[in-house]
Amino acid sequence: MAYLQVENISKSFFGVPVLHGVGFTLERGEILGLIGENGSGKSTSMNILGGVLQPDAGQMKIAGETYAPASSRDALERGISFIHQELNLFPNLSIEENLFIRGFPRPRPWLPVIDRKRIRRRTEQLLDMIELKVPPSTLVSRLSQGERQLVEIAKALSTDAKIIIFDEPTTSLTRREIDRLFNIIARLKAQGIGIIYISHILGDVKRLADRVAVLRDGMLIGAGPIGEFSVDRMISMMVGRSISQLFPGRRGTRTSEVVLEVKGLTQPGMIRDVSFTISRGEVLGLSGLLGAGRSETARIIFGLAPYRSGSVKVLGKTLPANHPRAAMEAGIAFLTEDRRGEGLMMNAPIYDNLALPNLDTHARPPTGWIDRTTLALRAEELSRRVQLNAVDIASVLARNLSGGNQQKVVLAKWLMRRPDVFILDEPTRGVDVGAKAEIYKIVNTLVEDGCAVLMISSETEELIGMCDRILAMSNGEVRATFEREEFDQERILEAAMQNGRREVA
Amino acid sequence: MTNLTEKLPSAGAVLFVQRPLWQRVLLSEYLVVLLCIVYFVAMIPIVPQIASLQTFQNILSDMLPLIVVALGQTVILIIAGVDLSMTAIIAMASVVGASVMTGTGGPLAGSPLATPAGILTMLGVGAAIGWFNGFCVAWLRMPPFMVTLATTMFFSGVAIWYVTLKSTTTSIANLPRSFVVIGQGKIYGIPHSLWVAIAVGVAIHLILTRTVFGRQLFAIGNNRVTSEVSGVPVARRVHMAFVISGLCAAIGSILYTGRLETGSPIIGANILLDIIGAAVIGGTSLSGGKGKVIWTVMGVLFLVLLDQSLKLMGLTLFMVFAIKGAVILAAAIADAARTRLSGR
Repeated sequence: MAYLQVENISKSFFGVPVLHGVGFTLERGEILGLIGENGSGKSTSMNILGGVLQPDAGQMKIAGETYAPASSRDALERGISFIHQELNLFPNLSIEENLFIRGFPRPRPWLPVIDRKRIRRRTEQLLDMIELKVPPSTLVSRLSQGERQLVEIAKALSTDAKIIIFDEPTTSLTRREIDRLFNIIARLKAQGIGIIYISHILGDVKRLADRVAVLRDGMLIGAGPIGEFSVDRMISMMVGRSISQLFPGRRGTRTSEVVLEVKGLTQPGMIRDVSFTISRGEVLGLSGLLGAGRSETARIIFGLAPYRSGSVKVLGKTLPANHPRAAMEAGIAFLTEDRRGEGLMMNAPIYDNLALPNLDTHARPPTGWIDRTTLALRAEELSRRVQLNAVDIASVLARNLSGGNQQKVVLAKWLMRRPDVFILDEPTRGVDVGAKAEIYKIVNTLVEDGCAVLMISSETEELIGMCDRILAMSNGEVRATFEREEFDQERILEAAMQNGRREVA
Repeated sequence: MTNLTEKLPSAGAVLFVQRPLWQRVLLSEYLVVLLCIVYFVAMIPIVPQIASLQTFQNILSDMLPLIVVALGQTVILIIAGVDLSMTAIIAMASVVGASVMTGTGGPLAGSPLATPAGILTMLGVGAAIGWFNGFCVAWLRMPPFMVTLATTMFFSGVAIWYVTLKSTTTSIANLPRSFVVIGQGKIYGIPHSLWVAIAVGVAIHLILTRTVFGRQLFAIGNNRVTSEVSGVPVARRVHMAFVISGLCAAIGSILYTGRLETGSPIIGANILLDIIGAAVIGGTSLSGGKGKVIWTVMGVLFLVLLDQSLKLMGLTLFMVFAIKGAVILAAAIADAARTRLSGR
């Protein structure tokens, strides 16, 4: 019998099922690659395993004993450690403090002080195991992303983990850091620790994993020894269709009329000397890792963040800095990467969400008296145009929609303004494949009508499928520009991985 | 609507589950109306006087000034704020306005301009304190709780001090007849203050439901960041909301001062909980983004009905306070329960 058994797990949010009967097993000393598109249920199933969420149905067993964690603390006690994509470290504390933050040892149980000596010794042991050669008192803020990842692993080891879950561990690492991480993962495996490795980078999965499990739309589509899965097979199982079907073709080409012109945008600590133009009917992609300055660039253009020098022009007119309304009036629309926190009013009906950025254009100036009839008509029209599958936009709340439909609401609310420039920051994050294709179609229609689009995405495939040109950013600077003919996933990734200062150090 | 189910993709489907009756009642907009009726009927055998014209008139005249003030609070609750300073504004507007109008030593004693000048002064005081609250909350980003708590203490104190400057007693009396009549006058049994309350209610209702400003207030209460990203001038709107709240307190003060025929610094001292409680009982959410004029009016009705019935039963003031406190607490619990329930 396998060490970890997960059987028939189901889970729904607000009545929307996200996992149906998912099951898999994990032996000690085995690496299971868990793959699937965004929204396929990977994180939900791992959150259930890690005790963050509780399943609606199904059961889990560890070494034959029932395992039903009520919290992540329970999971830790049963030897399951979850290393999240966004690391859970306190940068302002030292490595040793981070390792023991859950409970500092005391010299005597009744003495409420920290046993610094014991912490130091244990930390040195743990750092040794992960081959991190820095003093235990080093502040985490002084470590690179890769080193921080290792500290997270040390933290897992400190709790005597039997199973470690890695969620996209390589997204912000350099090549060398990745190699080092993989060596350590191999060592953990040799020590008999079971590993669940979640990644979009299928080559890595192929290289590391013993077995693969593929999720799609909350269901387990297939699982088996890695030998049976080629990268191509993994993709087609994940997506359920081939790439060409996912990205519909676009009629019409870009024109030479420049709509958005960004020149020398600089904000210390965020971006440096970012310049580009986008023409009517063009989609420009921004590629890069987390923190490369892509979203920062977008937010500065839309006036949500200040900048020190440079300029933003729409149709030749310079925009004032830090003034979203001026940007909107100039014809810019902005779809934020944080749909729940910044894009929608989750507790308001769809209609209110659609109306919000369009109130001023549907009101008589001095009093602000709203023309409700035309506003409602426009909202209806747009919700039909984006194929919003909601029954009644006036009564259904945004939070009761699926991720895909939520994103369509955000798209529609901006489309109502008939923008000349549309900035899309991670437009398909957390959206199921079906809705993804629909979103691409909406964007294509928009571009065919002459809109200029700036598209930010962490999925290089998506940029390649949608863009006319791609800029690769890292450390706040544009590193390379790729025209459509030169698109190549490897080369774009490589440019985005250029990590100037850090690589040298 | 025929092929509805086919149009819904599996992952995007919205499921509508028929809720059990108790949940539907608890989530209903008109829960309070139901409670009022049930309570009223239940009270008839205990205190039969409750079903008399006199009681109805008492309830109405108690409701009117409270409605005006509670509507101002509603506007603030909608933006997920709170205005604790309304009682201090009532007191401050009352004494300053009275000092302008009073026949004993006032600057406009006996002049026909006394009443309009007094009213304008009171509105000015309300707007000014509201402006200051709003400035601190909107532009200095201070928490509304802290700001309005501080202005409450400050202006409650100033109001008392102001009276000692202007008068030898603890209040300012001898107000012009034409002013007092706004608060206590009647034609055919219909109080003038009813028209004031209706005007304020209709105005705020229209502002909240029909104007850009009003809709943006709801958006701010729902999600401030989303509002900002969607181009709402959040600080300006929040600032204005506090001015409106101040004005409502001032109008309430006109009615209260008229009824009392004196400008007094303790005039609204005990009604703070009634103001917030009425809005919450009506269904306005303390977490913002939700509220209606009619809800608040119903909340006021319930509180005043409760108040009157308890007085008719001969309970002491302290008992009345305790029971009202318990009811408002229950309303707050219901508010939390509704938020949780509707989240499912």
